[in-house]
Amino acid sequence: MPRKLAAAALTALVGLGLAVSGCSSPAAVNGTVTVYAAASMQPTFDALKTTFEAKYPGTKVTFNYAGSQALATQLKEGASADVFVSANDAQMKVVTDAGLASGESKVFATNQLTIAVPPDNPASITSFQDLTKPGLKLVVCQDTVPCGAATKKIETATGITLKPVSQEDAVTKVMVKVRTGEADAGLVYKTDVIAAGDAVKGIEFAESSKAINSNSIVLLKNAPNSAAGQAWVTLITSAEGQKVLTDAGFGVAK
Amino acid sequence: MRTPQTRSYSGVPRWVYLPAGVGVLLVVLPLVAMMVRLDWSRFGELITSQSSFEAFRLSLQTSFASMLICLVLGVPLAMVLARGSFPGQQLVRSVVLLPLVLPPVVGGIALLYTFGRRGLLAPVMNVFGVSIAFSTAAVVLAQTFVALPFLVVSLEGTLRTVGQRYEVVAATLGATPSTVLRKITLPLVLPGLASAAVLSFARALGEFGATITFAGSMQGITRTMPLEIYLQSVSDPDAAIALSLVLVVVAVLVTVVTAKIAERSMV
Repeated sequence: MPRKLAAAALTALVGLGLAVSGCSSPAAVNGTVTVYAAASMQPTFDALKTTFEAKYPGTKVTFNYAGSQALATQLKEGASADVFVSANDAQMKVVTDAGLASGESKVFATNQLTIAVPPDNPASITSFQDLTKPGLKLVVCQDTVPCGAATKKIETATGITLKPVSQEDAVTKVMVKVRTGEADAGLVYKTDVIAAGDAVKGIEFAESSKAINSNSIVLLKNAPNSAAGQAWVTLITSAEGQKVLTDAGFGVAK
Repeated sequence: MRTPQTRSYSGVPRWVYLPAGVGVLLVVLPLVAMMVRLDWSRFGELITSQSSFEAFRLSLQTSFASMLICLVLGVPLAMVLARGSFPGQQLVRSVVLLPLVLPPVVGGIALLYTFGRRGLLAPVMNVFGVSIAFSTAAVVLAQTFVALPFLVVSLEGTLRTVGQRYEVVAATLGATPSTVLRKITLPLVLPGLASAAVLSFARALGEFGATITFAGSMQGITRTMPLEIYLQSVSDPDAAIALSLVLVVVAVLVTVVTAKIAERSMV
């Protein structure tokens, strides 16, 4: 029995040693990591930045948060970054098809839409069908951004046509309109509602399962700091990163 | 390198031409780059699409409306600032000019918290059943907010340059202040007023930050040219370039018109 225990301890130690050496070599992780990430990633990535910088002293993570399709365009136009994180497959495909990725992209989380309303829910929204109420000020994402593509997909699947008063170019802008009470309701990600705390109220609806967006991550070919970029990818896909993501409301990637 | 002074004295050292030339390039090169990049075979189709057409129509309509409001509010404001005398005048001037230096998105946020559905004026607006959220009126309001100082600054300058000689004479001959304004002051500053109005129109036409923050983005209702260009720039860059060039042409026209007016007023 004690021998078995010792063996287990030894294996663990060796494993730990390997893990540690795996982190620090071959290339040392330091300097600035530039991550182009979908706007919906902001709260979790900001939290993981602290983890990352504590883990690798001397590193600094900088983010460019925007609609995934804006980021894909910027990268295609030659923007320099280490890592790209897309909120759906379509925009990841834009980047990988353009030959900008180093290796395969990896799906690390899923996200689905929910209805966000001001805390007092002035229009008494309880279902997806309610979003068609006449006179309702509904704000959604533009079709070309992932949250808008998901909205469109749900509309097609349910046969319900929405009549929004505004189509924003990033999910964060939809949140602003709901938070300020300008909009009666908005279609945003579940994670946005959780991150907003008491500022908005979320109303889940069954139809949202018709459009589950995959969040994927990839190291970029022309990464100025690929060692640190790879370390960021590793953190996001690690158990530690996954816990932060699931706590924030993301679904586990299958 | 120094040559004897044979030519007439211009007062401009020759080295000044170098940074000046770089300045011109800074403006011209990006415009050229856009033209080089554009797929011209698609130009016609791109600028005549339904969404482009609606954005252009909306931009012209709202900018014109903003210019009118700027005239109604800005002319009296410029007069008060140039001719009037009251405590806190300097402060009022600074405040009115604030949108000139403020990032437009800040203006948008400020408008949201003033005229928004839960803004400062919401209780009053609700009484009258007025709601401008996500409407074309919100676009006009955002444009007027950013364009007003252009008209005021420009017109105040003209009023000061023109001076008060004729006004004083008319007044001594018994003309009431309103008559002086109508018969003397306004005709005198008319060219300056016209170019000030054109300037405010141009500023309204280019408005982006305050509009997208305050009014939202919906085809035909709030999505003006700059918003449409921004939207297209991430999905169809060619369309964005084509529309940009249309705005460049409008901007050139505006500049030429303003210059012509200024020229005529000099004579």
